[in-house]
Amino acid sequence: MTKKQKKMLKKILTAAAVFAVACIFSYLLPKFPFQQWISLVIFLIAYIIASGDVIRKAILGIKNGQVFDENFLMSLATIGAFFVGEYPEGVLVMVLYQIGELFQAYAVGKSRKSISSLMQIRPDSANLLKDGDITEVSPEKVAVGEYILVKPGEKIPLDGIITDGTSSLDTAALTGESLPREVTSGDFAISGCINLRGTLTIQVTKAFGESTVSKILDMVENASARKAKAENFISKFARYYTPVVVILAVLLAFVPPLILDGGFSDWIYRSLNFLVVSCPCALVISIPLGFFGGIGGAAKQGILMKGSNYLETLSDTDAFVFDKTGTLTKGNFKVTKLVPMEISETELLQVTALAESHSSHPIAVSIVEEYKNVCSFLNDASSTTLVSDVEELAGFGVRAVVEEKEVFAGNLRLMKEKNITVPENYTELTVGTAVYVAVNGKFAGTVCVEDELKPDSASAIAELKKSGIQKLVMLTGDKKAAGEAIANTLGLSDVHTELLPADKVTHLEALLEQQSAGHSLAYVGDGINDAPVLARADIGIAMGGLGSDAAIEAADIVIMTDEPSKLPAAIRIAKGTMRIVRQNIVFALGIKVLVLILSALGYSNMWWAIFADVGVCVLAVLNSMRALRLK
Amino acid sequence: MKKTYLIEDLCCANCANKIEAQIKELDGVTSASLNFIAQKLFVEFENRIADTITASVVKIATKVEPDVTVEEA
Repeated sequence: MTKKQKKMLKKILTAAAVFAVACIFSYLLPKFPFQQWISLVIFLIAYIIASGDVIRKAILGIKNGQVFDENFLMSLATIGAFFVGEYPEGVLVMVLYQIGELFQAYAVGKSRKSISSLMQIRPDSANLLKDGDITEVSPEKVAVGEYILVKPGEKIPLDGIITDGTSSLDTAALTGESLPREVTSGDFAISGCINLRGTLTIQVTKAFGESTVSKILDMVENASARKAKAENFISKFARYYTPVVVILAVLLAFVPPLILDGGFSDWIYRSLNFLVVSCPCALVISIPLGFFGGIGGAAKQGILMKGSNYLETLSDTDAFVFDKTGTLTKGNFKVTKLVPMEISETELLQVTALAESHSSHPIAVSIVEEYKNVCSFLNDASSTTLVSDVEELAGFGVRAVVEEKEVFAGNLRLMKEKNITVPENYTELTVGTAVYVAVNGKFAGTVCVEDELKPDSASAIAELKKSGIQKLVMLTGDKKAAGEAIANTLGLSDVHTELLPADKVTHLEALLEQQSAGHSLAYVGDGINDAPVLARADIGIAMGGLGSDAAIEAADIVIMTDEPSKLPAAIRIAKGTMRIVRQNIVFALGIKVLVLILSALGYSNMWWAIFADVGVCVLAVLNSMRALRLK
Repeated sequence: MKKTYLIEDLCCANCANKIEAQIKELDGVTSASLNFIAQKLFVEFENRIADTITASVVKIATKVEPDVTVEEA
């Protein structure tokens, strides 16, 4: 509790004690002269203690022309209670109102804290390394190219490249990933991560304002600017709700007694209940709080939402369109199959890898990588001594002399060109890329290289299907066979292959047209060359946002890790948040309307009215906080 | 131009909405958003009102809620 809240609590307790004394005087003591007046004075003292700031603010409010302000309405209702002779009620309602306000302030403060603790990634300082001296400066002061030192336990303040040191980084605050990331010199260091072990020297590559941590903080803090429809509805509603209820209260106080003759104080009492219920706070606070909780809960998992409207849209998304490379697949090639002829698998791999060892083509690199994994005892030095006369045959493959044997490695055209017969069962082994190898003019086997699926792609697609998403489409620039094979493995409903970036937009627009009203379409890409598609979809989701500015800029939702399994998680959070928000709207409005009706009919009292105001508000705030724990 | 203000001691979310709505109506303000939970007000405005914007924000905020403190962040 803050100091202010503690002071308030003391006031409330004092007022309650004085109120108890007043009750004893007026009800329990035997009759004595001036009893009525003495107890009224004591009730008034209790009221003044309890009302505290409320009356002062009400007067200031009137002066500033804020007539429908909560303080004014509460003052009017309680003073009105005194005038109709309900002294205990006037005091008690004020006490309960203050207790409610206190509890509400406490609950809001608490949620504020738990949400902002998620965002504890802002670095406070950087250790600038200059001429061998270390000075602590604010991260904004560090220029690109300068060196900074990050000690164990500190946050990395700016993006950069590690020039010295080895450590593991805790990326949990950014990605939700609990496993630390091992880094060493030459690796990229992302701001916002916590250095766990060794001291790192980092050469800064981005100014603070451009660093990942600033971008993320900016995005989350500005998220509230893009309001969901539900939020806009509520703030509009609030603007009319209070005046309407107050006008009804005035009508209720004067019209029925004029028609029914007399009974003014009873009707005034009923209308005072209206004034107590007329504050829209429970609604106004709990809806944005629910969305904020949802955004916070998603951030905890490494899913960044740029606004509450996207939670709303995501919750009614029924179509997902995916990019392939880098989104569903890892985007790096891997040897998946070795089919040798008359030699061993290792021999085939060795001869191919050595022949390709001078090439920088991604497929060549993947074969060399595989070779190093299998035969780790062979290092780069051996390849240079064993290989000679390397010749790149553009569009075909390579020719090299390996251990005094002439080796050709490349596509089927190369084999035809060199008059090498490839047995039929050695072609069409893969949907990916096949590298055919010939040694001394004789076919030696096929090396199959494929882009790897991400380990959780299949389960993510299955989960999306289970959560009711029918349409799962893949758009890829890759060739037909490769794209269709992946679509089949994953169980996607449709696939379009061999697309240029511009074709992707056309296809997406066609898909958007097929969408039925009230349902949205999400596009998931890696943000590298599909920014226009990300922007065109109802929701653009970028994968692997860590370190990629393009993705953070272009997308509405950024998934900080490379895992497609965050997609079903995002949908669960979006649906959960919407459920909480709807519960709050129905609950708060329902109770208020019910109490209004009961008050008008004379079945309710101010106690219920107070509950409908602050009690409902507190319950709605507590309900909203569940959004933070959605997974 | 853009400015961010820290607004503390806002007691009610509805008041936050009122403040936001009134700032939006200021001449020269292009967008305003008050985040009650983060207690932050983001204002985007035309350069010509750069000198007066802070005073206007303080005036509106204290008119709606006498006890708030407004601080430029």
